[in-house]
Amino acid sequence: MSEVKISIRNLHKTFGTKQVLKGVDLDVFKGQSLVVIGGSGTGKSVLIKCIQGLLEPDFGTIEIDGVDVLSEKTKSHISEKMGMLFQGGALFDSLSVWENVAFSLIENKGYDRQVAKREAVRVLRQVGLAPDVADLSPSELSGGMQKRVGLARAIITKPDIIFFDEPTTGLDPIMADVINDLIVESAKGLGATTLTITHDMSSVRKIADRVAMLYQGKIIWQGTVKEMDKTENPYVVQFINGCAQGPIKVEV
Amino acid sequence: MMKKQIENFLRTLGHPLVSFIISLGNLVLFVASAVYHALTPKYYVKNFLRQVLEMGFYSLPVVGLTTIFAGMVIALQTYSGFARYGAESAVASVVLISVTRELAPVLSALMVAGRIGAAMAAEIGTMKVTEQIDALVTLSTNPFKYLFAPRLWAGLTVLPVLVLFGDVIGIFGGYVVGVYKLGFNPANYINSTIEEIEAIGIISGLTKAAVFGFIIALMGCYNGYHSKGGAQGVGQATTNAVVSASILILIFNYILTEVFFSK
Repeated sequence: MSEVKISIRNLHKTFGTKQVLKGVDLDVFKGQSLVVIGGSGTGKSVLIKCIQGLLEPDFGTIEIDGVDVLSEKTKSHISEKMGMLFQGGALFDSLSVWENVAFSLIENKGYDRQVAKREAVRVLRQVGLAPDVADLSPSELSGGMQKRVGLARAIITKPDIIFFDEPTTGLDPIMADVINDLIVESAKGLGATTLTITHDMSSVRKIADRVAMLYQGKIIWQGTVKEMDKTENPYVVQFINGCAQGPIKVEV
Repeated sequence: MMKKQIENFLRTLGHPLVSFIISLGNLVLFVASAVYHALTPKYYVKNFLRQVLEMGFYSLPVVGLTTIFAGMVIALQTYSGFARYGAESAVASVVLISVTRELAPVLSALMVAGRIGAAMAAEIGTMKVTEQIDALVTLSTNPFKYLFAPRLWAGLTVLPVLVLFGDVIGIFGGYVVGVYKLGFNPANYINSTIEEIEAIGIISGLTKAAVFGFIIALMGCYNGYHSKGGAQGVGQATTNAVVSASILILIFNYILTEVFFSK
C-alpha cells in the first residue's frame, strides 16, 4: 500500500443549524488522483476548504504527511505545499495574467519581476497559452483560458498537492476535455497528489485513480474507476447514471 | 396566552439584540486582527502606495471643491449674522476656526467615505464572493496583511494630508468671499487670519482626520470582507460601509472635540 499523503478522520462541519460534514473519513495516497463526487450541496467544497484551512472544522483531524494541518503553527508551512484551481478561476482582476501566475514567486519567494515573468510565460505555454496572453487582464480572457491561467498559477510553485474545485464547470465538452488532459499532464509531470471535486463524470473517468462518493456529509463509497462502473451501490449507480429515480432524493 | 405573548415579545427583542452582539464581536475581532497585522511584518509597500494614490491624490478635487465652498459659505453666513452686532471683523477668524477644526476634517472625511469607503467595500466584497480572497490564502498570503493593512495605513496617513490641503483651500474660499464680495481689505483679512492661527486648532483637525481615515478604511474592509452572496451582497456591503463610516465619523468628531476642547 502507498504512503498516505492526506488523512482525514471524523471530520464535522456545521453552518448554523445545517450539518454539512457528519464524520468524513478519507485517505489520499501519495501521487494518487482522488476524485470526490457527489451532488450539489453535499459538502464537497466544504471538505476541500477544510483541508486547505479556509474553513475551520467543528471537530475531526486532517493530517498531511502526518502533520496536523489544523494547528496554527503548521498552517502557513503546509499551505506552501499546496496549489488550487478554483471553480471560477478566482484570478485577481487587479493584476495582469502573468502577475496572477507569478504571484507566489514574487510575493513569497522574492523573485525579481522579470525572472518571475519569464517563468510565468513558460508555465502559460505549458498550459497551452501564447506568450501574448501574459500582459492581458483576466477579464479579457474566455472561461477556458481563465481556467488555464488558474491551472498555471496552481502549478508554478511545483506543489506536492493540487486541489481542483469543479475544474470543468461552465466549459463546453471539448474545452472540458482539454482542461482534463492538462490536469492529468500537470499532475503526472509534477508527481503531485491531487484531490478533485466534481460531478462531471467524464472528468472523473479521465482524471481519477480513485473515486470517493460524498453523500449526506459522509463518504459512502470509494474505489477505482473500474470498481465504480461495476459497483452495485445504489447511490453510486444512480449518481453516475444521472437518474432521477433512486435512493438519492433531490430537494426541489 | 399571556405567556405566549411575552415569549413572542422577548423573541422579537432578542433576535436583533443577539445579531447586534454577534456583529459587534465580529467587528472587535476584525479590528484586533487588522491592527495586529498592520503593525507586524510583512509590509506590502507597493499596495500601500497604490492606496495612497487612490485615496489621496484622486480625492484632491473632491476635497478641494468641498472645502472651498464650505469656506465661502461660512464667510457669508458669519458676515450676515455678525453684522447685526457690528462684529463683521470676526469673519476671518471664524472662517479659520470653523474650517480647521470642523469643516475641513468632517466634510472631507464624509466625501472620502462616499468615494473611497464605497469603492473599497465593493472591491473587497467582489474579491470575497469570487473566491479571490480564498485564492490569496491558498497562495500563502495573509489577506489582512496584503489587502487590509495597506488600506488602514493609507487611511491613517492620507486623510490628514488631504485635510491640511482642505484647510488651505477652505480659508482661501473665505478670503475670496471676504475680499471680493464683502469688501474686506486683503492685507487686513490675511493678518487677521494669521493672528488667529492656533496649534491646537490645526492639530485637533489633523488628529480627527487620521481617526476618520482609519474609520473609513476599516469600515470599507470590514463590510467588504463580510459580504455574502453575489452582486446584491456586495451592494449591501457598499451601502453599509458608507453609512457606518459616516455615522462613526460624526460620533468620533464629538468625542475628539470633547477631548481637545472641553475644559
